[in-house]
Amino acid sequence: MIELSGVSKVYQTGDVPVQALGEVNLAIAEGEFVALMGPSGSGKSTLLSIVGAMNPPTAGAVVVDNIRPYDLPTERQADFRYEYVGFIFQQYHLVPYLTVLGNVMLPMAIDPRPRSEKRRAACEMLERVGLGGKEKRLPSQLSGGEKARVAIARALVNQPPLLLADEPTGNLDSVTSERVLELLKELDQAGQTIVMVTHNLEAARYAGRVVRLRDGRVEGDSLEPAICRTMGVAG
Amino acid sequence: MGLIDIVWNNLRRRKGKVFLLVLGLTIGVTTVVALQAITRTMRDDVGVKLDEFGANILVVPQSNSLSLSYGGMTVSSAAYDVGELTSLDMERIQTIPNAANISTIAPILLSAVQVKGQYVLVAGVDLEAELRMKKWWQLDGRAPQADGEALAGARVAELLGLSVGSQVPVGNRTFEIVATLAENGMQDDDMLFVDLNAAQNALNRFGTISLVEVSALCNACPIEEMIRQIQEAVPQARVTGLRQAVALRMETVDQLTRFAWALSAVVLVIGGLVVLTTMLGAVAERKQEIGIFRAMGFRRTHIMRVILAEAALVSLVGGLLGWLIGMVAATLLASRVAQTSVAVQWNPWLLLGAVGTALFLGVLSSLYPAVRAAQLDPNTALQAL
Repeated sequence: MIELSGVSKVYQTGDVPVQALGEVNLAIAEGEFVALMGPSGSGKSTLLSIVGAMNPPTAGAVVVDNIRPYDLPTERQADFRYEYVGFIFQQYHLVPYLTVLGNVMLPMAIDPRPRSEKRRAACEMLERVGLGGKEKRLPSQLSGGEKARVAIARALVNQPPLLLADEPTGNLDSVTSERVLELLKELDQAGQTIVMVTHNLEAARYAGRVVRLRDGRVEGDSLEPAICRTMGVAG
Repeated sequence: MGLIDIVWNNLRRRKGKVFLLVLGLTIGVTTVVALQAITRTMRDDVGVKLDEFGANILVVPQSNSLSLSYGGMTVSSAAYDVGELTSLDMERIQTIPNAANISTIAPILLSAVQVKGQYVLVAGVDLEAELRMKKWWQLDGRAPQADGEALAGARVAELLGLSVGSQVPVGNRTFEIVATLAENGMQDDDMLFVDLNAAQNALNRFGTISLVEVSALCNACPIEEMIRQIQEAVPQARVTGLRQAVALRMETVDQLTRFAWALSAVVLVIGGLVVLTTMLGAVAERKQEIGIFRAMGFRRTHIMRVILAEAALVSLVGGLLGWLIGMVAATLLASRVAQTSVAVQWNPWLLLGAVGTALFLGVLSSLYPAVRAAQLDPNTALQAL
């Protein structure tokens, strides 16, 4: 589903070029749950944003479902994100003035579907992430775990083929993290393709495949049993 | 959930900013509406005064002989007139293309008559038309009803010792004074007014007229064009416009109107800048949201629509409030400050103009912030947090 060939990214910091990614080659099949791991500054989030058609690579090719998003005009890139990608941000980035339901319905704001249909889809998604009955709450009235669930519901409400999660459990305690990761695992088992950035070994345990990055390059690419054996984590 | 829900919810959340934005626009529109309403009322007021001014076109015979003064204009001496106007000329005046703009045609026969040893200027007039045109006349007595009745100017009455009931000989007939005119500082004070037909008969000047006063219906009448038409219809006459005083006031109003437009333009530019800076600030504050929207697949045009719709909503409220407050202010100020006698008209076009201007201003000033918001790179917007 996703093919990255020779993808590089160089950021210009003043006069100094900083290489975030170098020659990354990666293929992710449909339905895979991939964890991108690595220390800070290894290029995990950059890679995620490149896959999500948010951040054009300096070099290399990105193909998602046989579409080269960076060859598309700007507005069509937006359409690509709308159709293919659901994002879960590290800070969740819920819109503070919208209720839980409003936040989940947000991606459908540009959708011509009738309001009732959008509402039904959002409510179903909230039920699925275990937030039924909390539709009218504002983000400020939610716990960290609930915010994460709203972010997951929002990312999935349009049923995108690809779910990109950037440190979804980074700000959560271990118990809440586990619940969120269980939810992602359930989604994966239902066929959802997920790419998750994490530096947490516990979180990576839930993924079927772990890609390790260091200094912008792929250092390791292992399937779940192998990495779990290496890390000594129960599968 | 649609884009309008995002607009509405954001406006509700940022009540303070929205209030300031509405306030800025309201002040701007209020100033413009009040200035426009007051100057428009002043213009209407001048129009009414112009109508009340009486005759605004004077038709007198062409003459090279001695002249006497009347109504601030120099007219031919009735005593030495070579050419005179007739009732036929009156009919010709009534046939000009702009005849519909004529409210009154008042023919006058002027003659110097000796009364009690003094020469008095006697005016034979259509008393009914004269009373209609000269709204400033204040009668001490009653209006003449029969052709043997006369009105005496204040100075004539004083110098000749005339009062209501006095008999005044004019030519071969005697007229009874039924009212004296209150002093008005004009030529009328020195004159005696009698019925035109009676004067023509008494003075043996059957069918002749010394001059004709023509009153046009409104201030917007094409006076210059009417003067030309009357001149064509009565070529042996000299046709003059009597508009100096009103023209002077109209010029003042025109200057004030130009000033009002200039001030309005300045106020609107300032209002536009307030909207521009506020919206730019709002866009900067909403970087995160815009980044999220773009990451979700909102197009640039969607972002622009959200920003411009917010500006339009705020402008609409500002325009309506500005119009309302501006009209109330104009109503209160017009009579006190501008001293107009005409009430401010609550013109629906001004409402449309105010709302339209506010919308145009708000949306135009928000265009640049909207473009900037739309061009925000989603990745940069989210990383900048």
